[in-house]
Amino acid sequence: MNRVSLIALGVLATVIASLFGLVLIPNFQLESMGPRSIQQPDGSTAVYPAELDSYLEAPGREVYRDLGCVYCHSQQVRPEGFGADIERGWGARRSVPRDYVLQSPPFMGTMRTGPDLANIADRQPSQEWHYLHLYDPRITSPGSVMPSFKFLFDTTVGEAPRAPLGFPMIPLPETYVDEPTWIVPTERGRALIAYLGTLRQPFEMEEVQ
Amino acid sequence: METDPRDPGRAADVRERAVIDRSAREVVLLWYGSSVFWLLLGSMLALVTSIKLHTPGFLADWEWLTFGRVRPAHLNTVIYGWASMSGVGTLLWLMARLCKIRLPWREGLILAGIYWNAMVAIGTFQILVGNGTSIEWLEFPWWVSIPLGVVFLVLIALTVKMLRTRREKHLYVSQWYLFGATIWFPFLYVAATVLIHSPAATGVAKATANWWFAHNVLGLWLTPIGLASAYYFIPKVLGRPIHSYYLSIIGFWSLALFYNWAGTHHLIGGPLPAWLVTVGTVGSMMMFVPVITVAVNHHLTMAGHFSKMRFSPTLRFIVFGAMSYTVVSVQGSLTALRMVNEVGHFTHYTIAHAHLGVYSFYSMIAFGSMYYVMPRLVEREWVSSRLIKIHFWACAVGMIMYWVGLSFGGWIQGLMMNNPDVPFMDVVQRMIPYLWSRSIAGTLMTIGHVSFAILVWKMIRREGAWLVEPTLFVTRKDAREAANASHLPAPATGGHAS
Repeated sequence: MNRVSLIALGVLATVIASLFGLVLIPNFQLESMGPRSIQQPDGSTAVYPAELDSYLEAPGREVYRDLGCVYCHSQQVRPEGFGADIERGWGARRSVPRDYVLQSPPFMGTMRTGPDLANIADRQPSQEWHYLHLYDPRITSPGSVMPSFKFLFDTTVGEAPRAPLGFPMIPLPETYVDEPTWIVPTERGRALIAYLGTLRQPFEMEEVQ
Repeated sequence: METDPRDPGRAADVRERAVIDRSAREVVLLWYGSSVFWLLLGSMLALVTSIKLHTPGFLADWEWLTFGRVRPAHLNTVIYGWASMSGVGTLLWLMARLCKIRLPWREGLILAGIYWNAMVAIGTFQILVGNGTSIEWLEFPWWVSIPLGVVFLVLIALTVKMLRTRREKHLYVSQWYLFGATIWFPFLYVAATVLIHSPAATGVAKATANWWFAHNVLGLWLTPIGLASAYYFIPKVLGRPIHSYYLSIIGFWSLALFYNWAGTHHLIGGPLPAWLVTVGTVGSMMMFVPVITVAVNHHLTMAGHFSKMRFSPTLRFIVFGAMSYTVVSVQGSLTALRMVNEVGHFTHYTIAHAHLGVYSFYSMIAFGSMYYVMPRLVEREWVSSRLIKIHFWACAVGMIMYWVGLSFGGWIQGLMMNNPDVPFMDVVQRMIPYLWSRSIAGTLMTIGHVSFAILVWKMIRREGAWLVEPTLFVTRKDAREAANASHLPAPATGGHAS
């Protein structure tokens, strides 16, 4: 065999080995894992993780992707004793592979310019808070460097608008505007908040060794 | 040295090289010229991104310029536009020179360059209008990234053909690296795209596929090209052979074996099987082998000749890059340790590290290579040594400022975040001065890029002098006087700029 073929085989072999080791074998280990039925204290059964509904939540995840939220917000809680994720209240337990089985792809993130969102639905259940925060993060969180997403809202100054059925109409705080102003989220804005409302990692879940 | 009219044997070599250079002219100039365009665009996107992080009101009302879109647009233009296209340019020229054959398939390579530009443009546009994937380093929609990877089959076939028809029997280590890179990149890009966008991988395995790829874009695509360039240009400019051929082969195979196992260190503390993260940490530690091998080899080649960096732009950029390779690799291995990762992960520390790799190491070497190659393609000199100086110092100072500011700031960010008594908003506020320092550093780097773009523009328009006197930082006459005065070695100059 000549030198050139030998190098080609060598470089292919090394990269295929790591593809197996880092991607295909873990996938083989985890692919049978799916949602699980969980007996709740009140006797009812919950399925976790649950599928996103295709009406608002799944489109909301697309908005999350499209606006690149993942570049500042992670969705993973590190274990106790490694960082302070649990002490900060970002989750009651560490994140485990089962939390992500339905996510394609998972938005686990690598940056925390903003806080982790793995359990944002439980940490901040107020929809109104989310709408104001999204419209201009400085309204709810002075000092924030998050971009404002005013393009996800229709704004009305003067008298209250008539929001379409199912769309909330939120007055902006008087300290923020001179004249009475209302915001109504667009379809995408409403979907994004619906998606954030699904972000929680509840129940005790086993780790994978 | 390259031209000495008093030596007829050398003169034949010079003619042969000129024929090879001429065969590569249009193709390499197209890839190089395009890369500089993407460098400028990428710098603009970088500045917008950076400013938004400390001044969130900046350009805030345009959805297509929201932070979460300009940031990936920056990354993809600099990686697939600037770094990859300049890399392919250098790769083609080096392969032709080292195989001692004329560059084949010129029309095809020009078409491939145009196609590549079109794909990067479409992909970047798709990110800005909201069709990016939000998968780091793979933000182009799959219908852009798969055609991008597939065009590399042409490059594989081309390098195989060139190696088979080579007229120089000996395979120099740069050819090993370049050949490896042409095989690795399309394999990684297509495999990762398929795994992430199809049901072939599920759940967190998609995340490991993501970081297997993203880590390897630097490790098995840009790093081999950067090292191939350093291995070629340092000995070439100095006029002395590489210190050890055997060390360079050890460096190559240990890189091939270990680099691609390090990717999961981006997921330490994450929801993965425990063994998988350990594998990533072990792979990162093993990286000390190729890194030390390369560092020793380059250092021993340079030893005693560092003063020549005063004269040669190529050498100055490339030695800066080669030293950064050692620093970034050692930092990367240490960052994979759990106790370091606990603080540095999720912070600007990682961003600083990434720029040390792609910019301080790879891009500086790419600049140095282009300073050497372009005059030989165009047969003209660079128009201004002052602009080269501005380019070097603006980029070098900007890069150091960038790295120091964000590494330090990121470390503080990590320490504060790991202390649950510190309110999160205090962390955000504490970062603002460091984020400003990044915008200033980025402005400096952009000034350097504009100087470089002016030089490249004038080079392509053939505004420089004929290749007689090389554009050095110090002219030969100055240098001779300086050497006489202080017994410094005379600069390594031939009839070409080095």
